[in-house]
Amino acid sequence: MSMPFYVSPEQLMKDRADYARKGIARGRSVVVLQYDDGIAFATENASRALHKISEIYDRIGFAAVGKYNEFENLRVAGVRYADLRGYSYDREDVSVRGLANAYAQTLGTVFTTESKPLEVEIVVAEVGREASGDQIYRLAYDGSVTDEHGYVVMGGQAERLGSLVADGWRAGMTLPEVLALAVRTLGSSPDEGGEQRAIPAAQLEVAVLDRTRPRRTFRRLAGALLEDLLD
Amino acid sequence: MNQYDTSASGRLPHAFTTPGSASFVEFLSSHAPHLLPGNRPTGEVQAPHGTTIVSLTFDGGIVMAGDRRATMGSMIASRDIEKVFPADEYSAVGIAGTAGLAIELVRLFQLELEHYEKIEGSLLSLDGKANRLATMIRGNLGLAMQGLAVVPLFGGYDLDKRIGRIFSYDVTGGRYEEHDHHAVGSGSEFARGSLKKLWKHGLDAEGAVRVGVEALWDAADDDSATGGPDRTRGIWPVVATVTEAGYLRAPDDQLAAIVEQVEEQRRGAHRARGGVQR
Repeated sequence: MSMPFYVSPEQLMKDRADYARKGIARGRSVVVLQYDDGIAFATENASRALHKISEIYDRIGFAAVGKYNEFENLRVAGVRYADLRGYSYDREDVSVRGLANAYAQTLGTVFTTESKPLEVEIVVAEVGREASGDQIYRLAYDGSVTDEHGYVVMGGQAERLGSLVADGWRAGMTLPEVLALAVRTLGSSPDEGGEQRAIPAAQLEVAVLDRTRPRRTFRRLAGALLEDLLD
Repeated sequence: MNQYDTSASGRLPHAFTTPGSASFVEFLSSHAPHLLPGNRPTGEVQAPHGTTIVSLTFDGGIVMAGDRRATMGSMIASRDIEKVFPADEYSAVGIAGTAGLAIELVRLFQLELEHYEKIEGSLLSLDGKANRLATMIRGNLGLAMQGLAVVPLFGGYDLDKRIGRIFSYDVTGGRYEEHDHHAVGSGSEFARGSLKKLWKHGLDAEGAVRVGVEALWDAADDDSATGGPDRTRGIWPVVATVTEAGYLRAPDDQLAAIVEQVEEQRRGAHRARGGVQR
């Protein structure tokens, strides 16, 4: 009888984590930034139809990096979760914390029990009535949750871009200011002293959760409106 | 957290992550059918009924208007119920029939349109919305046969054809496109007569709102289940316009002014005929 090779649990988990991390690193980064009137999401995305940023509910937005089919499946599940909750209780009772927990459980279970972890990283954010009520949660491929304040960068070069955003971000920035910071960050060169890339508005996917809007706060920014904001 | 939105492990249930259609109603009927409006046992029940809804087209949109009364037998169950709702940004739905069921149906219909929009990333066409509503009414047929019918009137701005359109329904889910104007509910006979005389081509939004208010007035004049404007309490009909700019509910002060004008005009006409104030 042949014996299977012994693989230590540490090694097994490390292999899975490396696998997931590699998949995620291939995609372009997403930047999520808090501003005075809400939360802005921005990424480089040439497609007008395959979104990386979406609406989940009245005050909740979703952004993801990694494998499209995997995060699209999670997004649809999130919309169903939120709509079912809002329908059986009330629209007010749908919170991002519950959604983040459900996502964390899902990602965690898949990471430990299934043959392949999900190669995705997700941000779910809820805009409050005041800036102090804003919540941003970052969920990693293994189901770990981080409660972020102010800004998040995820995707390929999250660490490098994260430090750029950390340098430029402060509380109470306006929408044009955070968008300028986001575009500057996304277009920065990976090499020390390399040239800054200019990203045209048509190549950007930008959306906001705008706390000044009634009921559904999610809004995509594109076309002339986005160009005006970036000028 | 209830058992229908997360499974025992806290993980999102399989039904949530299973690829499927963008319809919330279909999702609900497979995952939590007890939450559907039609699925409940009933015997003979007496429940509040909503009454008259009128709708008419004008250049660039539609008007949907409903009175504020709900009745239970000969009793007035509510004098300030609202029976006209935005279905989404570009359509409105008004309901006559069993109020409780109708309001639940509208809630589900609003969610159905929003759910589709979020999952697909685009709006349903106006015909698509009208057909979805027909399917939902059909699901209620069992209850309708026990006397708990819901009869909506649906209208909206067609973004492709760039006109306002109105759809009426019967209890079996039959969907009929109406031209120019239509009314449903107990006072609809009188409202339709009124609309026929007052509606004309080339109305603007303001004129159409006035025609809607007058048609409801005529319905309330002859139908005891339809409520007229209540000046004592400041309760006005719900009147909404749907145009390219979206759903807009007419403000109370506009309606108060229209009611004032109509009353003045009718009083004048009555006196001119030599009528006496009784």
